Amino acid sequence: MSKSVLVVGGGIAGIQASLDLANRGAKVYLVEKTPSIGGRMAQLDKTFPTLDCSICILAPKMIECLRHPNINLLTYSELKEVKGRAGEFTVKILQKPRYVDASKCTGCGTCMEKCPAKVPNEFDFGLGDRKAVYMPFKQAVPLVATIDNEHCLYFTKGVCKVCEKVCPSKAINYEQEPEEMVLTVSSIILATGFDVFDPSTMSEYGYGRFKNVVHSMEFERTICASGPTGGHLVRPSDGKEPNDVVFIQCVGSRSQHGDFPFCSSVCCMYATKESILIKEHAPKTQAYIMYIDMRAVGKGFQEFVDRAKKEYGVKYIKAHPGGIAEDPATRSLKIQYEDIKTGEMKTLDADMVVLCPALIPKAENQKLAEAMGLELDEFGFFRAGDPLTSPVDTNVPGIYICGYCQCPKDIPESVAQASGAAARAAETIACTAREATQ
Amino acid sequence: MSKEDKPRIGVFVCHCGVNIGSVVNVPEVVEYAKTLPNVEYAVGNLYTCSSEGLDKIKEAVKGHHLNRVVVASCTPRTHEPLFRAACEEADLNKYLFHMANIREHCSWVHSKDPIKATEKAKETVKMAVAKAALLEPQTEPEIEVERSALIIGGGVSGMTAAISLANQEFKVHLIEKEEELGGKLKDLYKLYPNESLSSEVLTEYVQCVRSNGNISVHTSSTVKHVEGFIGNFEVTIGCEGEEKTLNAGTIIVATGAEVFKPHGMYCYGENKNVITQLELEKLMKEKRLGKPKNIVMIQCVGAREGKEGGRNYCSRICCAVAVKNALNLKDVLPETEVSILYRDMQTYGKDFEEQYKKARENFVQFIRYDDVSPPEVCSQSDGRLSVKIHDILVNDTLQLDADLLVLSTPLVQQEEAKELSRLLKVPVGADGFFFEAHVKLRPVDFATDGIFMCGTAHSPKTIAESITQAYAAASRAGIPMALGRVRTEAITAFVDEALCTGCGTCVKLCPYSAIRKDDEGTARVNDVLCKGCGVCAASCPEKAIKMRNFSDSQVIAEATAALGGS
Repeated sequence: MSKSVLVVGGGIAGIQASLDLANRGAKVYLVEKTPSIGGRMAQLDKTFPTLDCSICILAPKMIECLRHPNINLLTYSELKEVKGRAGEFTVKILQKPRYVDASKCTGCGTCMEKCPAKVPNEFDFGLGDRKAVYMPFKQAVPLVATIDNEHCLYFTKGVCKVCEKVCPSKAINYEQEPEEMVLTVSSIILATGFDVFDPSTMSEYGYGRFKNVVHSMEFERTICASGPTGGHLVRPSDGKEPNDVVFIQCVGSRSQHGDFPFCSSVCCMYATKESILIKEHAPKTQAYIMYIDMRAVGKGFQEFVDRAKKEYGVKYIKAHPGGIAEDPATRSLKIQYEDIKTGEMKTLDADMVVLCPALIPKAENQKLAEAMGLELDEFGFFRAGDPLTSPVDTNVPGIYICGYCQCPKDIPESVAQASGAAARAAETIACTAREATQ
Repeated sequence: MSKEDKPRIGVFVCHCGVNIGSVVNVPEVVEYAKTLPNVEYAVGNLYTCSSEGLDKIKEAVKGHHLNRVVVASCTPRTHEPLFRAACEEADLNKYLFHMANIREHCSWVHSKDPIKATEKAKETVKMAVAKAALLEPQTEPEIEVERSALIIGGGVSGMTAAISLANQEFKVHLIEKEEELGGKLKDLYKLYPNESLSSEVLTEYVQCVRSNGNISVHTSSTVKHVEGFIGNFEVTIGCEGEEKTLNAGTIIVATGAEVFKPHGMYCYGENKNVITQLELEKLMKEKRLGKPKNIVMIQCVGAREGKEGGRNYCSRICCAVAVKNALNLKDVLPETEVSILYRDMQTYGKDFEEQYKKARENFVQFIRYDDVSPPEVCSQSDGRLSVKIHDILVNDTLQLDADLLVLSTPLVQQEEAKELSRLLKVPVGADGFFFEAHVKLRPVDFATDGIFMCGTAHSPKTIAESITQAYAAASRAGIPMALGRVRTEAITAFVDEALCTGCGTCVKLCPYSAIRKDDEGTARVNDVLCKGCGVCAASCPEKAIKMRNFSDSQVIAEATAALGGS
């Protein structure tokens, strides 16, 4: 009989579920496939509607996970196999080699400074560079370097080894092998989060062709103090502050013909937040939001939108644009749209356009579902046991879900569902104990 | 460490990436800190809260024999526990730690004036160092937690939380003001998204609650009085004129919400054919709907008012409820015209959007209006209604006949919530709903330890969302009960018995009822109830009450430093 719980996914949902369980005395294995926990929330600049600095409120929880005696943090690891049933699952985890001895690395960053191989930084959506030996971001947990063997000169060309030479703690180990571990756990909580729909497939908006058309997560990194521009609001083509920034809602989502007819639930609010941030960074810049329905449905959200209008002069336009054209000389953009109120075709000039793409389930959900016998819905979200009465359960007893991987939701909803999944996992532990004594 | 030890203070100044470092000249602040009295060590950090930064603190405490630590960075609200824990790991009592906020108080508010921001950061550090020199180690009282919870409200949220906690092997008292459990489930007809009948779902829940040996149900009961604190609440409930006291380690507020009754709007209360969505569900449930030919629904009635003191929030569920009821109407009365007049269609997420599409395919008419030109309703002498509406999508004014006008009104806080808020000493927000400890990261906690909330008492939400929150509250309340004991804050008031004259001023003023007079007439502070607010210390005419780590000498040292002294 196990009193342990496996949590898959180290974003805010996985972190909250882990902390709730660990704090009540359960043992937790938190598996995260990237080198650091933190997830999407670590990439955000601020959060709506309170404008809290996202990493500032998240970092203490990340560190708490690292230091918690009941949490075993398994970063850069993946869940490979699941057997058994509620109360006693046997799971196989593969820990990928970092080529850095985590027990020796102090996170000093000397290797990163000296490494000659530059790679686009995926944490910044490729807007800035990292090195082949890297820590994904400044507050990464654990603060341990990882060598990306696809780009490391030693692994690709057999030369270099600079990191080994400069590391003051002798932590570099090119011989490190993947490690497999087998664990027994009482229940499993899935918190795999979301991906960003690639807007380049919607050619009418010019993403990928026009330099000054970006998506909202790229914008989030641009406006963030720890991002590639140091938080300066600049447009990609010339590094100048834009005069007009237009947000376009429902790019790929709420689509009548495409793959994602659902609403991503958070875009109206984060576009409102990002518009306010624009005003705070560059008071002369005008922000516009083009939307279908303004979905300010959470606590304090409508009030936040009202404030954006009144205090910050954000302009909301009811419209779903038909296309964007670029002036090749200035790289500025012309947005064509039908004014919903008058039916007129209009154009709006913008120095920069931010697309708010559908936030979609992770592709890896498919494999996880197969490994565990879980049902996915038609889009790839994990299906709840019963959409009405069992929102954190799945079709398999002892396996629970939380966060965006079940359906679109914002941070507080993800946190609540994560605590909810922790309650269900605690029930499973208690129930198994009860059965064992009977 | 003995009190006689000379203070050896370490100062850690944080860049917070560029949050502080791009405005405040951090190296200058570090150099300045080194010149302050009792400072043995000072250093700058890119992120003091990173594991690397915390290790630096621990190493410095050991390496430089520090006995006080000052971190100049952000807000203690989020980061103090982290830095205190680092001190503890270096064998330093965590109350010998002090924080100077040079981000919220300096770099963020004075971002346009780096020179003055740097000066202010120096002074802030100077104040913190002056106080730190006088800090004393403290011990946190540990209390036992009773392994039972008291849940106020027997709707779907309260019942879910009760079942989950009972399954976790805790005892539960479930308090319901009405004769029967169920809350709003009793009035609803078909539930979204699986079209199950509310009555059937309710029966299952009630059976589950009633058959669970760990749950005691108290119907027709209301909370009269609350004493105690986390681990040891004593709650007096009244039931049909009789009172009884229940003990509980934790409390969950699941009191739900009411539907706003729009008297005076759109002929509601004047014409019997004008009803709310909930009243429509009741009619359908009781099969008293009749055969109306034209049904018009108006959204945002009394919500999103956008005016000072108005109900400015969006009630979240009304659009989905209207869509659900429109589809249910089309099911039983396929010939009936159903029109929904809306401002923004709030069918957020995955499933609602699908229902919205289905409604359009089933010929439910959606007409969009603007808040500047709301619908006008005219009630004729024969009771029939007509609705004039400017459709902004076709830019045309329409005239609709309505045999039945259904108003979508927001959920509003229960009348009794104000009284409960007073009894539990927990806050409500501007919208009237209970206010959580942190909007993003502590959605079901109150700031008061041991009290939690779930469901529509927190804000409007669907049944599935309420159930999710109920499980969350069951997890949060389960933590201290599973541990069986908690430690509480040590910064509390204490009474110098020699000086206390027993005047009772503090007893009357204490907002937390934490002070009582003992048999000798001397004031006694209950450490667990005391929140360290300092009202008693400030008002004691004999200066007999002192605050731990906010002593007169400490506060005066801080103020003197601020005013240019040393």
